[in-house]
Amino acid sequence: MRKTKKNILFFLVLCINTLVAQSNKVNPTNNMVLISGGVYIPLYGEKNNDVKIKVSSFYIDKYPVTNAQFLEFVKGNPKWRRSNVKMLFADKNYLSHWENDLELGNNVLPNSPVTNISWFAAKAFCDYYGKRLPTVAEWELVAKASANHPDGSKDQNFIKQILEWYSKPMDEKIPSVGLYGKNYWGVYNMHGLVWEWTSDFFSSLVTGESRGDSGLERNLFCGSGSVNASDFKNYPAFMRFAFRSSLKANYTTNNLGFRCTKDFNKKGN
Amino acid sequence: MNTLNELRNVLFVLMILSLAVGCGHGTSDQMSGEEHAQLTQAPYVPPLITRTHPTKVIVDLEVREVVKQLADGVEYVFWTFGGDVPGSFIRVREGDFVEFHLHNHPLNKLPHNIDLHAVTGPGGGATSSFTAPGHTSIFSFTVKNPGLYVYHCATAPVGMHIANGMYGLILVEPKEGLPPVDREYYVMQGEFYTEGNYGDSGLQPFSMQKALTETPDYVVFNGSVGSMVGDNSLKANVGESVRLYVGNGGPNLISSFHVIGEIFDLVYNEGGSNALQKNVQTTLIPAGGSSIVEFKVNVPGNFIMVDHSIFRAFNKGALGMITVKGADDKTIYSGKQKDELYSGNNSVSSSVNSNTGELKKNNGNPEYVSKYSSGESKVDENLLKTAMSGSDKSSSPGSLFNLGQTVFNMSCVACHQADGKGIANVFPPLANSDWLAKHSKEEAIKNVIAGRTGELTVNNKTYNGIMPPQNIDDTQAAAVLTYVYKKFAGKDVGVSPDEVKKVRAGNK
Repeated sequence: MRKTKKNILFFLVLCINTLVAQSNKVNPTNNMVLISGGVYIPLYGEKNNDVKIKVSSFYIDKYPVTNAQFLEFVKGNPKWRRSNVKMLFADKNYLSHWENDLELGNNVLPNSPVTNISWFAAKAFCDYYGKRLPTVAEWELVAKASANHPDGSKDQNFIKQILEWYSKPMDEKIPSVGLYGKNYWGVYNMHGLVWEWTSDFFSSLVTGESRGDSGLERNLFCGSGSVNASDFKNYPAFMRFAFRSSLKANYTTNNLGFRCTKDFNKKGN
Repeated sequence: MNTLNELRNVLFVLMILSLAVGCGHGTSDQMSGEEHAQLTQAPYVPPLITRTHPTKVIVDLEVREVVKQLADGVEYVFWTFGGDVPGSFIRVREGDFVEFHLHNHPLNKLPHNIDLHAVTGPGGGATSSFTAPGHTSIFSFTVKNPGLYVYHCATAPVGMHIANGMYGLILVEPKEGLPPVDREYYVMQGEFYTEGNYGDSGLQPFSMQKALTETPDYVVFNGSVGSMVGDNSLKANVGESVRLYVGNGGPNLISSFHVIGEIFDLVYNEGGSNALQKNVQTTLIPAGGSSIVEFKVNVPGNFIMVDHSIFRAFNKGALGMITVKGADDKTIYSGKQKDELYSGNNSVSSSVNSNTGELKKNNGNPEYVSKYSSGESKVDENLLKTAMSGSDKSSSPGSLFNLGQTVFNMSCVACHQADGKGIANVFPPLANSDWLAKHSKEEAIKNVIAGRTGELTVNNKTYNGIMPPQNIDDTQAAAVLTYVYKKFAGKDVGVSPDEVKKVRAGNK
């Protein structure tokens, strides 16, 4: 009974959110994939692993946002052009791979994922199109799907492939999106192309001192005392968490891009 | 009386003054100046510190993720401090104030940090140096304790960062300095966990499974198989003192560090600042630990550094070489003076002069065999049984082949390896060897019975080792060559005991 009430309340909130977001300019679910909700167990939770995050159904971009798409965005949003952006919102490498404010140049594939993007810029892009950045929970829920299963987290081959990409230095030229890496949901390039921003990257709970993160003195997750990894063998997850933890919201790096999500409206848009 | 007192006072002041001036000439605890640390890649070490006071030292260390060679034909993605494995050697002096700049190259994929065991403070610096790609972290510390310390990356998953090569050494020289030596070198052990087996070619990814079970295929010094052999061996001259700064990055294994044919005159156990032990054969180096060893080289030759957990040396790459040049001293080490046949409890029946290969008595006859059989050693008896069957049917290549296999496994396998591939840059291969293809049977026989010293090129690689003369009879020599030709060169040429006998005779 209590549960039902909660659910009703939840859907109400969802509907309101969706109504607010309806004010976008383009069909928001174009090139987006619906992900059915599920449960996400954070890498760093309590010892008994009872920290579970319920994730509601949501839409996520099929591909990471490309250079061409971001170029369209800065054309319409002059304050996000390279020469206009405030240092507070993006460091000096912001879009540094582009020829100039409004040209990609010959060295950048229009269809490859946009990188050298700060969290602020990524968020502004998603907002502009009536979307938002995925939470860590949402992103990880999609990312754990292998090619043919929604949960590949125990599939050693799948983990091995991801690990191989993480271990390699960057490609000289980042390939176009959508060429490979289609997962169970039909979402491309969750692994093997670029890192991606999440809305709450700063709560990823890894300090620089990885060994201390499992120590008692770290008061890291939701105010709970001891912090332990839920899966010590999930090296790819450790690496993503480490990567997110090394960032600040105005940082941009060569291999960090993003994609957007959107709440699921039961009416189906 | 008054004047006397005054005089005393003046004298006293003078004494104090002269003391103060005297101190100024010796070491001082007064911090002054600023300098950039000179970093070196293994096996080289920055020069001795001549400063007598602490200073501010700026260290710039860049993290690079690079593809490099792990062994011949085997590549690996190394994560490095300074572009190489092990990381750059840092040399500072006790009391120095170090301003550390950790740069994470923009083309790197991962964030990194550094934990220096020379630092007293949370994480050894790791909590202050977590750095995203394309960023630099700066933090400072005072090196309070002299010694030789490991540094490494401590980013999650820490084991993988270390396993990919993120370790190096920082030496904190004691205030009073280290005693001068003629040569200093930097050697660091580490193991690598690859998806493929030892020697599997191509770019080998990291194997998480092998790392978890602590079963590496590679255990190497200075980042790759053969990093210190041939032209790259460490050099010294007879009579010189050598100091090795030896580290062990691990991530898992403990090293039993040994130099074949040397005794460490002094060992600074576990890299501490006191040389506590003299005359050590093998020193234990923990993962994430170090050792300083010193020895004087007395005679010329090649001295092989190994992890004396010896399968790591022979089968996983933990080999390095120190080449010592200079004059022989036969009183310290004579070299082989004589090579005699030994026939168990029988009186000496024959012997070979090691220089000429001359046989004083024919050992291929049945009399020899029966004498040999009276030996007490079980191993000898086993060999004999096979040897006899070989002698009986010496005309049959099949049985010679079988005997050859036995001889090969007893005498040759340690260096040339069971697969005949040898050890890269140390022991030449027999398998698909162009040397065997190009040279006559007679020359091959000569190598087996008389040994071979000096430079040798096999499959475009130069070797410079010593193969001792094999103390085996004509039949055994014929058999082992028959085996080698058939098994490793794919040639069923067969070598007969008579052919061996002829070469022995011609070798006089």
